[in-house]
Amino acid sequence: MVKVNGEAVENIAGKNVYEYLSESGYEISRVAVEFNGEILPKARYESTLLCDGDCVEIVSFVGGG
Amino acid sequence: MTKQEWLGVLEQRHGKTLQEKFSAAFVAICGLGGLGSNTAISLARAGVGTLMLIDYDKVDISNLHRQQYAVSQLGMNKTAAMERTLSEISPYCNVITHDIKLTDDNLSLLADCDIICECFDNPECKAMLVNGVAERYSEKYIVSASGMSGLHTGNTIQTKKLGKRLYICGDGTSDVKDDGTLLAPRVMLCAAHQANTVLRIIAGESDV
Repeated sequence: MVKVNGEAVENIAGKNVYEYLSESGYEISRVAVEFNGEILPKARYESTLLCDGDCVEIVSFVGGG
Repeated sequence: MTKQEWLGVLEQRHGKTLQEKFSAAFVAICGLGGLGSNTAISLARAGVGTLMLIDYDKVDISNLHRQQYAVSQLGMNKTAAMERTLSEISPYCNVITHDIKLTDDNLSLLADCDIICECFDNPECKAMLVNGVAERYSEKYIVSASGMSGLHTGNTIQTKKLGKRLYICGDGTSDVKDDGTLLAPRVMLCAAHQANTVLRIIAGESDV
């Protein structure tokens, strides 16, 4: 089980972060990802595999300022 | 008003130890729209020692409904207009300006800052700055904002912390493209969260 934005998500262990974000409808150019307590550099989205026990927080920025 | 008089009042209010921390701080404000203009004013009032103002835009009529500019400043560079405003309310704040669009290629402008405020309006620019700083300057704090548009309740504007040095203020969801507008109070609430977070970081209070 991988925890995403505070909720347990099943059947995503084994996917990389880029795949998960794309398949979940996130626009990669608008996100920042915290992976197990650290900000994950974008260059590592594809090489970072989700494993059971991982904790992911995804921020998808919206417009306005 | 001499510098000593000004500092004396700040020290009286904040205490000497805290004011010395504020005076020594170097904060960058990236974007001088609704968020950046309000954040800059709060930080200057608190006596933050050095502010770097970055924006490439000019003051326009369409800014007046939520940004801290005046009719007399229409057409001015936002950096120059805000520098002038700050000189009226916090004349001994050291203000550095850059009339430039901040991109992934010139983030080195931020090399000497302690804390960076992301005050852009475009979501891709927000993500670029937050990720760029986290990758290149992992020792710096970044205080970002997402979600402050529309006439929704003010009670959903919050500050959230990600990793050890990234803070995101706002409701996280209200997008100006859906709401159609931004109104001064909610933008100011969000900017106030940003400024408050900056001051707390300077004071050594890194929790939200």
